[in-house]
Amino acid sequence: MLTKRIIPCLDIKNGKTVKGVNFENLRDAGDPVELAQLYADQGADELVFLDITATVEDRKTLIELVRKVARALNIPFTVGGGISSIQDVSALLHAGADKISVNSSAVRNPELVNTLANEFGSQCVVVAIDTRFVNNEHIVHTHGGRKPTEIKTIAWAKEVEERGAGEILLTSMDTDGTKNGFALDLTAKISDLLSIPVIASGGAGNQEHFTEVFTTGKADAALAASIFHFKEVMIPDLKLYLQNRGIAVRM
Amino acid sequence: MVGIIDYGMGNLLSVFKAFEFIGADVEVFNDPSQMHRYSHLVLPGVGAFRDCIINLKEKGFVEPLNENVLAKQIPILGICLGMQVMAAKGYENGNFNGLGWFDAEVTRLTPDQPSYRVPHVGWTEINSSKNSPLFKGIPANADFYFVHSYYAKCADPSQVAATFEYGGNFTASIHRDNIFGTQFHPEKSQEYGLRILENFIKIE
Repeated sequence: MLTKRIIPCLDIKNGKTVKGVNFENLRDAGDPVELAQLYADQGADELVFLDITATVEDRKTLIELVRKVARALNIPFTVGGGISSIQDVSALLHAGADKISVNSSAVRNPELVNTLANEFGSQCVVVAIDTRFVNNEHIVHTHGGRKPTEIKTIAWAKEVEERGAGEILLTSMDTDGTKNGFALDLTAKISDLLSIPVIASGGAGNQEHFTEVFTTGKADAALAASIFHFKEVMIPDLKLYLQNRGIAVRM
Repeated sequence: MVGIIDYGMGNLLSVFKAFEFIGADVEVFNDPSQMHRYSHLVLPGVGAFRDCIINLKEKGFVEPLNENVLAKQIPILGICLGMQVMAAKGYENGNFNGLGWFDAEVTRLTPDQPSYRVPHVGWTEINSSKNSPLFKGIPANADFYFVHSYYAKCADPSQVAATFEYGGNFTASIHRDNIFGTQFHPEKSQEYGLRILENFIKIE
């Protein structure tokens, strides 16, 4: 049986882990390699590193960081932020990343999803979607959530699946950082519509939120950051809690 | 010494690091003429079947592989796509011949319920169906990390070393003689994954 995945996310800025609320007010949350190792030891099923600034000068820092993380870890990890070409992906995979995630660059150039899926295989390509509920519609946002687009979230999720995405990382900016729970309805809708795995992100505040997102929200994996960084929820406790509620997790 | 074959595809660093971690003497090599130097070979791989077999051919690995693995019986471990390419045929983006070491076809995963997603991504329990030395000391409920859309459908059940349940039973590992393959990634599967690599390097 496939187990539900618990994925700590490390938002990286200038080589450090940071965390904000609704994508703003960033706080320092520690050394990424140390955190990554800690999470792997605690039973995290995967890790995601998002380079939230992703400027050119940060690029080298990121590659170096990916290399360090790959040396320290033996669980899979995904790297995202500012990836827009085959060369970018190649460099990250060579440094030890298992999967990459694209967001703004896929919105700008949807063909990029096809290109990367053909070159590296779908299993390597995660499409991250930042979404916010605006005027009664779920709308895709880009640039770390700063820029709204005209694109409807559900249609976009379907489109990237057809273009070869291997997974969707769905972040609700309405719930992100609030600790009030994941965006269950939207996650369930997208999960029902798609046949690729959906990773839910944004809003985890307690253990029950994870139960909800795996049942009502129909997510395949759940991603969270601050509750893990600030030790509000410990992964071993969370997994035991989920197991006791009949949710298959890797113990 | 363990030799990891670098034919231009796959996450070699993770595989290398995992062998290093268990204390193996390990090297990555890209010169097919050096293959004879190794006591154990590892064929990693991510990507598509077609590119994999084309790369192996173009870089001149196919003949040395047949010589070292089939004739000289050097133990080899194929991981993920590196396992799939050991099959006779692959149907990803067309119809291609593989190395032909197993009477198997690599075909798309077809779970019988839509709730099982493709690609199959994540940690899944496997059932070892025969006494493969690769699975020595691995508990029955151990989970391994998979990430794939295709699997090796074996015509000869005696070549299937492990399966996983995913809306149907699919091949998790294959074995014949000195040739081993895992669909999952032992190098990404923490403790039990490392144990599989330890088991592999003990095979003579």
